[in-house]
Amino acid sequence: MSGMQFGIFSVGDIAPDPETGRAPTEHERLERMIETALKAEEVGLDVFASGEHHNPPFVTSSPTTLLGYIAARTDRIVLSTSTTLITTNDPVKIAEDYAMLQHLAGGRVDLMMGRGNTGPVYPWFGKDIRDGIGLAVENYALLRRLWREEVVDWEGRFRTPLQSFTSTPRPLDGVPPFVWHGSIRSPEIAEQAAYYGDGFFHNNIFWPREHTQRMISLYRTRFEHYGHGSADQAIVGLGGQVYMRRNSQDALAEFRPFFDQSPIYGGGPSLEETMRQTPLSVGSPQQVIDRTLEFREHFGDYQRQLFNVDGMGLAHKAVLEQIDFLGEEVVPVLRKEFAALRPAHVPPAPTHESLRKGLS
Amino acid sequence: MTLAVVTAGLRRPSSTRLLADRLTSAVTEALGDTDVTVVEVRDHAHDLVNHLVSGYPSAELRTALDAVTGAAGLIAVTPTISGSYSGLFKTFFDVLDEGALAGMPVLIGASGGTARHSLVLEHAVRPLFTYLRADVVPTSVFAAPEDWGGAAAPDLLAHRIDRAAGELAARVRQRGDQPPPDPFSTPPFEDLLRAT
Repeated sequence: MSGMQFGIFSVGDIAPDPETGRAPTEHERLERMIETALKAEEVGLDVFASGEHHNPPFVTSSPTTLLGYIAARTDRIVLSTSTTLITTNDPVKIAEDYAMLQHLAGGRVDLMMGRGNTGPVYPWFGKDIRDGIGLAVENYALLRRLWREEVVDWEGRFRTPLQSFTSTPRPLDGVPPFVWHGSIRSPEIAEQAAYYGDGFFHNNIFWPREHTQRMISLYRTRFEHYGHGSADQAIVGLGGQVYMRRNSQDALAEFRPFFDQSPIYGGGPSLEETMRQTPLSVGSPQQVIDRTLEFREHFGDYQRQLFNVDGMGLAHKAVLEQIDFLGEEVVPVLRKEFAALRPAHVPPAPTHESLRKGLS
Repeated sequence: MTLAVVTAGLRRPSSTRLLADRLTSAVTEALGDTDVTVVEVRDHAHDLVNHLVSGYPSAELRTALDAVTGAAGLIAVTPTISGSYSGLFKTFFDVLDEGALAGMPVLIGASGGTARHSLVLEHAVRPLFTYLRADVVPTSVFAAPEDWGGAAAPDLLAHRIDRAAGELAARVRQRGDQPPPDPFSTPPFEDLLRAT
């Protein structure tokens, strides 16, 4: 392994096929997510990450249930989240759920913290969206203590106080799951990741390169400031979205109707314009390779690359074919190229094993 | 000193631009050495809508937005449409980051098809800039068709333009060039922790 991880992340949205108008049921969508995870392991990818949402058209309200099931049916792939809502979930429950998952998955677990992008989730869970940053800061500070201290006394602004509380099960081997902090536009979260020496993930799909560059550069600078290593040793993850066909014109023609009906892309800049401005890559496997190699030029050597390949109503068969392309053609080349370019002092992606041995 | 001018006329030539140009020359005359950037909102119409739905600006629009938020003072002129500012004018200010115009000296102007709209600046445009926490000068300048011709009219318009320009120039001089707000700045983490 090159020290860099490649994987897929799914939002877990349900959308109709633009041609037939038929959408999968919730049950079908969940089964397909599981199949994509199994396929990802089969073709040699390193990570499967699930989103967390608490409203239709999403099916991913309970990520540890889904990931626990996938853990039982896989041996190697790391299970992660994209993202775990650190704002509206009780940090005590996050500590318990993910420590539990860590045990069941033999350590193949990490998390990506996020604040969520659906306003009403805050009131639905008894929170105020104006406290978003404060919740992310306080809840995560508590979560860290729950995983690192056997007995916790705690009092804060947002949660009922704790006296003599022990979160169980304790993290596997005494090693808390590695944490990434995901944020698209909040510098406070890059600052948080840097402060703790945690990973920082920028889901740079939908966003122009210059913006992502500034967020990552902020995180790297502050990582060094807080004494965790040099800026180029900070732990960076990036998103990406791909759709591949042998012939790039076929990829564009097949992807376009899904793009045009997408609640995120539809009605905005054209597919071609979006591909120019954002990392969306629709084309041949070689084009995806070239595009992804550019990420390193723009953002420095990094540790984790996650691709979004499902969602927006894309046919399940086509999704599995994307994972085949990734596993068979794209990732092997990327592993080799990235490894060749990577200086020796740049750390690999942290894993349970490396953290257990104190290597990261 | 840097001065930004946002003008949202739809026709070319446009009386909105005509008013914007008159205001600009009056302000630059009062200020002396001034670096002026004029943003014709029409040139960014499609990019503005794309920004609204995609969440990020094109490079060209980014340049225009930065020129406005980084200026020492702003002249904003809209045509009157359906009794208010034009939707396109509003969209330009809708896509600015929160707080981007806080404290910015602003001179507001509007053109209109009839003098009956002359309070549009007071009931629509001024509240918009108050919401954006801008420092709007007391004199606003509305130009009706008769202001561009007729016996005594030009003097009246010129008088208001000069008064408004003087007010803006005084504020710009007082405030000086300010670094544009940095959307990537954050308090140190210890402060964030303490705040909870």
